[in-house]
Order: sequence, then structure tokens, then C-alpha cells
Amino acid sequence: MVEIILRFFVGGAVVCVFAVFADALKPTSFAGLLGAAPSVALATLSLTVWKKGSGYAAAEAESMILGAAAFFIYATVVSKILRSARWSALSVAAASLVLWLACAFVLRYAVLG
Amino acid sequence: MLVKLEPGEIRDTRWYEYATRFLFGGLITAAAGLIAQRFGPAIGGLFLAFPAIFPASASLIEKHEKEKKARFGFDGTNRGRVAAGVDAAGAAMGTLGLMAFAIVSWKLLPKLPTWLTLFIATLAWAGTAATAWMICRRRWRYRHGGVSTHKRRDSTLEHISRE
Repeated sequence: MVEIILRFFVGGAVVCVFAVFADALKPTSFAGLLGAAPSVALATLSLTVWKKGSGYAAAEAESMILGAAAFFIYATVVSKILRSARWSALSVAAASLVLWLACAFVLRYAVLG
Repeated sequence: MLVKLEPGEIRDTRWYEYATRFLFGGLITAAAGLIAQRFGPAIGGLFLAFPAIFPASASLIEKHEKEKKARFGFDGTNRGRVAAGVDAAGAAMGTLGLMAFAIVSWKLLPKLPTWLTLFIATLAWAGTAATAWMICRRRWRYRHGGVSTHKRRDSTLEHISRE
């Protein structure tokens, strides 16, 4: 339980730091790079190494590659929809999370078995 | 245009907007830990690249762009949506950096101290993402009027990406 609470606060803090930079950076397309900043990964991997060792964390990082590939597909699709359709950013981005889940699990089982 | 850091823009963001991102970021970090505990690192690791805060960030950008236009009496709905789309395109390039981060972490975590590995991985993310952005930007500018920026086209996308 203590570990989960620690993950929550460390993860939230790291995300906020990147969010501050994202808000201050121009142009918008460059600031968007920080939408895919490794904020959750930095918090999680450092805590995982501390609790479970570097081998376990490396295994998580290996899967993260596929999660990032799914994120690429997700962000590309969201970008195209927002620039052509008339739906709000929140509804498109939230609904498309299902796409990320599908891509991530398909890639995981296709690549890692 | 060059990349600029404008600290004044932070004032446009309200405290509860940062609190929202803190909450989502914290929740997904905690959830990634729980998922890894339950299903193992192969499944838990996927969620290290879960776009948890992206919907909130895209929504904030749309809202801020709309508010900027509204201050001058215009409807900024379309501009806000396109700005969020441009931000998403930037995030897509950022994910290439995220892959670089993950590859470096995967290879170096068992060999080097954690702090050094994560530092190198973060540099890999920044370098890869920035390079991808510069390449895409050059291609976009070549397709929409050449390398020279003297000719300005009156398109929403160009205007937003030049802000």
C-alpha cells in the first residue's frame, strides 16, 4: 500500500514537471513532444528497480517499446481526426484510448508471444 | 520559427488544470505498478507508455486556444480543435523518442546504475523526439512553400504552428 501511494505521488509530480514545460514551450507542435514524455516511465522504472531489481524493470522497459508503438498509432489517428472532424479534443482523445489498448495488446502478443 | 520557452504562458494554466494532470499521472503510475504485480512485467510495461494525460492536455490546449480567440470576439472552436490536432502530431513524434527511451532502458538497466541509465534514456528521448520534429517540420515547410519562410500562407495550421 505504501508503495502504491509513493508511486501515485512520484508519478503525479513528474507528470506535472513535464506539463509545466509543455505549457511554456512554443510552437505548439514542439510542445506536443512532451505529450509523449517518459514521465510515468521515469517514476515507475526507478521505483521498480528499488523494489524488484533491474532485471524486472528491464523486462517492463522491453514491453514499453510496444506500448510506445501503440501510442504512435494512437497519436497519429487522433491528430488526423482532430484536423478533419468536428468533435471535441477530449472526446476524440478519450475514445481513441481503446485504439491504444487494442494496438498495444496485439503488438505484445504478435511480437513477444 | 525557433523553439521558444515562454514562462508567461504558464499563467494561462489554472491550478486545477495542473491538479488534473497530477491526478491522472499519479493514477496511471500507481495502476502500472498494480498491473505489473498482477499480470507480470510484460503486461505492466505496456502501460508505461499509456497516453493517460494526453486527453487532458489536448482538451486544455483546445480550451486555451478557444479562449484566446474569444478575447477578441471570435469563435475559436475550429482553431482550438486544430491546435489540439497539431499537439497530437507533436506527441506522435514524441513517441518515437519514447521508443528510444524504452530501448535504452531495456538494454542498459541491467548493466549501469539506474540514475545513469534513466539519464541517458531521457537524453535519447529528447534527442530522437527533437530530431523527428525537425525532419517533419522541414518536410512540411518544403511541401507548403519551400524552405524560405518569407511567403506566409493564410492557413490555420501554419499560423498555429508558427506561434
